[in-house]
Amino acid sequence: MFPKDMKFTKDHEWVREEDGVYTVGITAFAAEQLGDITYVELPEVGAEMEQGDSAASVESVKAASDVYAPVGGRVCDINHDLESAPELVNQDPYEQGWFFRLEGVRPAQLKTLLDADAYEKYVGEQEH
Amino acid sequence: MQLSYEKSVPGRRAIALDPLDVPEAVLPAALCRKEPAALPELGELDVVRHFTRLSKLNFGIDSHFYPLGSCTMKYNPKLAEAVAALSGFAHLHPHLSTSPAFWKHCQGAFELIHETEQWLAEIAGMKDVTLQPIAGAHGELTGTLLMAAYHRDRGSKKDTILIPDSAHGTNPASAAIAGFKVLEIPSHEDGTLRLDSVKAAMNDSVAGIMMTCPNTHGLFEPAVAEIADLMHANDALVYYDGANLNAIMGIARPGDLGFDVMHYNLHKTFATPHGMGGPGSGPVGVGERLAPYLPGPRVVKGEDGFELRNLEKSIGRVAAFFGNFMMAVRAYAYMSHLGKDGLRQASENAVLNANYIFAQLKHVYEPAFDLPFMHECVFTAVPQAKKGVRALDIAKALLDRGFHAPTVYFPLTVKESLMIEPTETESRETMDEFCDAMLEIAEAVDSDPESLREAPKTMPVGRLDEVRAARQLNCAC
Repeated sequence: MFPKDMKFTKDHEWVREEDGVYTVGITAFAAEQLGDITYVELPEVGAEMEQGDSAASVESVKAASDVYAPVGGRVCDINHDLESAPELVNQDPYEQGWFFRLEGVRPAQLKTLLDADAYEKYVGEQEH
Repeated sequence: MQLSYEKSVPGRRAIALDPLDVPEAVLPAALCRKEPAALPELGELDVVRHFTRLSKLNFGIDSHFYPLGSCTMKYNPKLAEAVAALSGFAHLHPHLSTSPAFWKHCQGAFELIHETEQWLAEIAGMKDVTLQPIAGAHGELTGTLLMAAYHRDRGSKKDTILIPDSAHGTNPASAAIAGFKVLEIPSHEDGTLRLDSVKAAMNDSVAGIMMTCPNTHGLFEPAVAEIADLMHANDALVYYDGANLNAIMGIARPGDLGFDVMHYNLHKTFATPHGMGGPGSGPVGVGERLAPYLPGPRVVKGEDGFELRNLEKSIGRVAAFFGNFMMAVRAYAYMSHLGKDGLRQASENAVLNANYIFAQLKHVYEPAFDLPFMHECVFTAVPQAKKGVRALDIAKALLDRGFHAPTVYFPLTVKESLMIEPTETESRETMDEFCDAMLEIAEAVDSDPESLREAPKTMPVGRLDEVRAARQLNCAC
C-alpha cells in the first residue's frame, strides 16, 4: 500500500533518499485525512532543519497542519509547483506532490523512522 | 440576486443636495482621484429594497436555531440593544476620555467600564480585568503578552507554552505571535488532558500552559487543579481560554481552579452579537501575579470621581480607547438583567440543553467520547461517512431543514466531527425539531444518500465549492 523505497514518520511524512539528497512529502493517508489541500507553505532554500522541526505547513478546507522534518539537514530545493497547484499533494503525493529536499542529512537518523510495513500497521491502528 | 453595482443607473441619486451656498474648498490635487469612484448609483427605495432583501437571505440567530459548537450562539437580548442605544452611551465621543479636562463628561461610561471589569473579575475569580481586547483571539494575545511580561520582569528565559490538542483552536497562533514556542500535548483517548502528559512535557523552559475548560471536546478537565499546581511549582503560568465559560458561569471560577490569566468572550457568554463583525470583545482577567502588567489606561476611582491611570509596568495599550466599549454596555445590561442567580441558571440550562440533545441523538450518531458532556456534545459521523455521507453533507442537509449547521471537522482530534452547542436560550420544542431533523437525516443516509450529498437545495445558493474558494482567493472587490 505504501511505497517500499521510502521511510515514514508517525506524523505522516515520507522521506526518500537519492544520491545523498533526501526528498520529503506527506503520505497519501495524510493527504486523504486533510481533504482537498488548498495551500502549502514551504521552507526557504538554505534553511537548516533539525529532525522534528516544523518545516512546512499545509492547509485544507478542514484544517491547517504542520509538516515536520523527518530528518535533519539543509533545505536544498523546494517544490515551487505546489504554490500554484497544491492539489498535486492529493493527486500524486509521492512524486509531483513532494514538498522539499534536504542535503547534509545524517543517514543514521533514518533508522529512527518507520518502513512501509511498520507505517501501514501504524495507520491501521490510527483508524480505530 | 443582482449586486447593487449591477442595478446602478448613471445619474440616479437617493438624495438631492441643495445648491452650494459657501465657497467651494479646493483640495490639494495630490489628494484628489483621477477618476470618480465607481460607486453604484441608485434611488433610495432601490437601496432599501436591496438591503432588506439581503437581510431576508441572512441565516442568523434572530431567524434560525444556530447550534454552532464552540461558538455559543445564544440569543442577543433586545434589552441590551436598547441600553446601548441610550444617547449618553451611543453619542459619547471617545476622544473626551483623552483629556482630564473632559473626564467629567465620561463619568457614566467610566463607571460602567469599572463595574463591568469588577463583575467579570468576580464571576471568574480574577483580581482585575481589562476590557480593551476586541476579540477572543485578541484576548489570548493580550494574555500571552502579559505572561511574557511577567517572565521578562523576573529575568526568566522561559519561552515555551504548552497547549493541549483539545484547546481552543486559536491558542497556538496567539502564543506564537506573543513570541513563544508552542508545544502541543496530546489528550488522552477519553478526551481529557492527563497530568502525566503535562509532566512529560514539563521542563525549565515552560512559561505556561493554555487550557480550555471545558475543553473543545465539551468535557470538563478533571486534572485542571493538579496541572495548575504543577505549573506553579515550576514558576509557570496557567491560561484559561474562556471559549467555553458558558458551561460553568456562576458555578466554578477559573481563578479558584488555579488559573492566573484568562479571556472572556462577551460575544459568547455575555450575549453580545457574535460573528460577521459582531464586533467582538475579549476582556482579559488576571490574578495577583499578572495584575501589575495590565494594559492601560485603567479606569480607577479617584477622589473626584473616576479617572484614568497607567500602571508602571503596564504592557501598554492593546486597542484604541477602551476596546469595543458598546459591547461592554450590552454585557453590563445582560449581567444586570440576569443577576447572580440568573447567570448561574444560564450555564445550568446550557449544559442541560446540550445533554438533552445528546440523549436524543446518541443512539443514532456515535458519541465521540464516553464522559459526560458539558455545554456541547460531540459526535463522529464516521459510520455515516463509511456509507458515503460525510459530516459536511449532514451539515448542509440541516440547512434545508431550517437549522444552522453544527460545527464540523472541529475539534481536529475527532474524525468527521459534529459539534453541537444549543446554548440555554433555545426552547425544548426547538431542540426537539432539530433532533427530529437529525434523526430524519440519519435515516436518509440509508434510504436516500444522494439527496444529502446534493444539499442544500432551498438556500439562496447551493453547495459551494469550498476548495475552489480557498484556492482561488479573489479579494479585488
